[in-house]
Order: sequence, then C-alpha cells, then structure tokens
Amino acid sequence: MLEYVARRLAMGVLTVLAVTVVLFLIMQLMPGDPIRLIADPDRIPPHQIEALRRQWGLDRPAHIQFIYWLVNIVRGDFGRSIVTGQEVRVLIATRMPFTLMLAVPALLLHYTLAVPLGLLAAIRSGSRLDRAIIVTTSALRTIPGFWLAILLMLVFAINLRWFPISGYQGPRSLVLPVLTLTLPMLGGTVRLTRAEVLETIREPFVLTAYAKGLTHNAVRLKHVLRNALIPVTVMFFLALPWLVGGSVIIENIFAWPGMGRLLWTAITNQDLPVVQGIIVIIAVLTVGANTIGDVISGMLDPRIRIELEEGR
Amino acid sequence: MASTGGTRPPRRSPMRVWPLVRVALGNGQLVVGAILLLVVLLIAVFAESLAPRAYDAMDLTNRLRAPGPGMLLGTDQFGRDTLSRIIYGSRIALRVGLIVVVIEGVLGVSLGLLAGYYGGLADRMISFLTDITWALPPIVLALAIVTVLGPGLNNVMIAIALVSWAGYARLIRSKAQGLKNMPFVEAARALGESDLSIMFRYILPNTFGLIVVVASLSLPGAILSTTALSFLGLGSQPPAPDWGVILSEGIRFLYDAPFLSIFPGLALVWTVLGFTLLGEGLRDILDPRMKA
Repeated sequence: MLEYVARRLAMGVLTVLAVTVVLFLIMQLMPGDPIRLIADPDRIPPHQIEALRRQWGLDRPAHIQFIYWLVNIVRGDFGRSIVTGQEVRVLIATRMPFTLMLAVPALLLHYTLAVPLGLLAAIRSGSRLDRAIIVTTSALRTIPGFWLAILLMLVFAINLRWFPISGYQGPRSLVLPVLTLTLPMLGGTVRLTRAEVLETIREPFVLTAYAKGLTHNAVRLKHVLRNALIPVTVMFFLALPWLVGGSVIIENIFAWPGMGRLLWTAITNQDLPVVQGIIVIIAVLTVGANTIGDVISGMLDPRIRIELEEGR
Repeated sequence: MASTGGTRPPRRSPMRVWPLVRVALGNGQLVVGAILLLVVLLIAVFAESLAPRAYDAMDLTNRLRAPGPGMLLGTDQFGRDTLSRIIYGSRIALRVGLIVVVIEGVLGVSLGLLAGYYGGLADRMISFLTDITWALPPIVLALAIVTVLGPGLNNVMIAIALVSWAGYARLIRSKAQGLKNMPFVEAARALGESDLSIMFRYILPNTFGLIVVVASLSLPGAILSTTALSFLGLGSQPPAPDWGVILSEGIRFLYDAPFLSIFPGLALVWTVLGFTLLGEGLRDILDPRMKA
C-alpha cells in the first residue's frame, strides 16, 4: 500500500513539473522581449538595459532561467504583476478565500443532493420516480452555467429581490453563485451513484451477505452503499478543481472577487506572471485532488489497487 | 464490428444500412435530437430568407424595444433585431461545433492510433501528454492557450480542440490495442503492408462507430465552451451575432431588457440538447457498452 501511495505521489509531482515546463515554454513563445515590461528601451540607455537584463537573469540560457523560476515558485515566489506591481502571491492569497467560499459549499450541497437522489433512483429503478430524477438532472446539465446564472439573477435578484444580484455583500450573496455551480453538475453524480448502486447489487458478495441471513436494510447500507460510494467518493475529489475552473465564468458574471475573476482580468491584460501563478496553483490542486482520489479508491477497494499496480 | 479475415480492409456492405435506419427510428432520443438539430440546420441554411433584417442593421430609433409585432424578440441597445441576430448566430454555433470536433478528432484519433498500435515508448509519451492535459480543468487550460494566441473565435476553437483531444486518444488507443492482433491485421502485415497503411486502412475503419459516438458526445461541450469564452469576450468579437456575444451584451440591460438574456440562451440550450440527445442515441445504437 505504501509503495502504491509513493508511486502515485511521484507521478503527481512529475505531472505538475511537466505542467510548469509547458507553462514556461508558453512564456518563452510569447512575442516580445520581457525586458520591455520593466523598462522602455526608447528612454533608457542600452547599457542600463543590459544591466537590468543581467539583474533579472534574462541574459542566461532558457533552461537556467527555468530552474530559477521553478525554485522561486517552490519557495512561494510567483513574481509581481506587470500591471499593478503587486506580488502575485499576495494577490492570489487575498482572492483564494472567495473562490473557496463558493467552491466548498457548492461541493457539499452537490453531494447532499446528488447521492440521496442517485440512491433513490437506484432503489426505485425503472419506476416513474427514477425516470423523473434522471430526466430532470440530465436536463439541468444541458443548461450552460453562464446562462443559468443569468436566469437565477433575473428571477431571484431582479424580480423577487431575495438575493443581491452581484458582488460580495455578506452570506446572502453566496446563494446564487453556489446554486449556479451546483445544479448543472448534479446529473453526472446522480447517474454515477445510481449506476454504481445497481452494479453493486449484482455483486456476489451481496448474495453472500443475504445468504448469511442479514436483513435487507443491513445489506443495503453496509454492503451495497459502502461499496457503491467508492467511485462517488473519488469523484468528490476530482470535482474540486472543476469547480475552481468553472468559477472563472461564474465569478465574472457575479462580479465575485475570487481567483477566477483575477485570472480573467490577468488574461485580458496579458499579465503573464499572474496567469502563470494561478495556473500553477490550479494544476497543483488538480493533480493533488486526482492523487488523493486514486489513493482513497485504492484504500477502499483492494481490487482497484491491484489493478493499478499491475497496470503500470 | 465484423472482422472478416481477408487481405482487404473489411468494408461494411450497403445492405446493412436499412436495418440501421429502422433501429435509429426506434430510438426516441435519437429521433428527438435529430428533429431539434434539423430545425437548427434549416434555420442556419436559410438564414437570409428567414431573418427579418440583417444581423448588424442598426435602428437607433428602436433601441431596447420589448418583443412585439414587427420585432418578435425585441431589439438590443443599437436597435438591432434580436431574432435576426439569433438566426444568424446558429451558423456560428454549428460551424464552431463542427470545426472543433474535427480538429480534436483528427488529433486524438491519430495519437490514439499511434499509441495503441505501436505501444511501448510512443504509448508512454502519448499517455503522459494526456496526463498533462488532464492536470488542469479544460476551461483553465483553454484560457491559458488563449492568453498566448490572443483573443478571437479561431484561436478559441484551437484552444478548445487542444484541451479535449485526450478523450478520443484514450478510447481509440484501447480499441487499436484490441484490433492490432486480429487475424485481418496479421494477414495485412504478412502481405507486407506498411504500418501507416495498417493503421489508417485496416484499423481506423473499424473504429468509425466509436469515433462517431465520441464526436457527437463531445459536440455539445465544444459549442458550450466556445460560447462561454465568447461570452467572456475572448472569442467572437462584436458585432458578430455569436450567442455568447449577444448574451454578454444583454446582461448589461438585465433590468430594462431581460429578453436579450433569455432568447439567445434558449437557442443555445435547444442546440446543445439536440446534439446531446443525438449523441446519446447514437451511442446506444453503435456502442451500447459505453453506456454509463
């Protein structure tokens, strides 16, 4: 088990490293001399430009620059914003809590709704209730998040005036963005839970449990649900980076002061250090979540662990 | 999928088309999806005759008019007819979806074939590339690519394709792994066919069903993502009647002209729903094992 975890961790670190290499290459591909971002060559004499170039390490070969950049990132230094001059680390640290303020409740709400609905659909499989649950949640999936946000604003902020239309003005501001993040994704988890429960019911160990003389409820809860929830648990970890990604659009609509909006502003201003900083953070988050998901599924289900160990 | 042991790439005979049509008509999802899309397609093809006005014809005396006779879906802040803009927008949506799916399909299928057929180093490299692609949420990676390429619909389409080829690659890879040891492939190899010929003339035709299913399932996502980026101002630029652009302009007039924010979204949902139903219907018919 320890070897499996170590291997997954190593793969994760390697993937993040690869992402940083790609990011650095992208930065090198950007047209223009980076020194222009610091000093205007028309007004500053060439020897001072050269001095600056040396000072910033831009006279060194690309791979040396990359190592410096990487070492700084590992130390938590993402450089400064070209536009505002603020430290990227500080910018991200002030915006991150707002993004998590949306993502974490969205994730919790998502699971408190989706798992029981999926379970209900599976237990009543084939009934009208089952169809109603599947059709409703699937229909929600075809509604684009940004349009759902607009509809919610129209109904609950403009017509009913229950919640503020945008910005952060206390906890009531959370409701509409969290709903926007939660509803479209319900369908996937409901279907997954339903499919897993239906599949687990057919497993031989469930038959064994019945054969032991356990009651219907005991089998359902202890044997079926526990095993069916393994992939659902894994999806829980995989969903967090998705929410952070989805927040780029949602935060823009709701004028939410989070990381997604910061990323969008940085992109429209071509503020490269900020873009890179955010993307490295999201990559670490995503790979970390994937790794945790894999490790947990390995811990919960020995069959997956063996399959993965032999697969590689 | 038939695997006739011969020296020629196995072909599907035309006789088998009719039963397929009958199966297709029996699949409710497929029929509904096809009807929804047929409507969009007809609107896109006959946009000039259907639209009451040009999509960029301004009429400053009729700004932000509510829907009514003469202007069925109202007008925007420049007095442009919303109905006409939505009608022309269907062309952008269909074109975008198709182009993105073709680019990501060609990329993903080629890499999947290479990885599955050769295995070994090629396989490991392509798998690693897949892992890197999946190390970021697709929309974030697409945003990073747009940062480098600059805004614009073409760049957004490239970005979306570059983040979504991995799904094709993984499925085609495992299919190719299974096919490369089939008797008809071995026969071709024994006859001295080159690797390229085996990959593209023998293995590829046997993955068409899978490709059609994956492509039609990823079409709605392609349209949604590009529209979302256009909505963010990174894709189509005004005055293009892109549904994302109409929505992003309309959101500024949410109080006075909510209809500007409703109808383009309905058109988008209609189209996406059509492709989703079509894709799921095709999957049930062509590759029932993929059903989750």
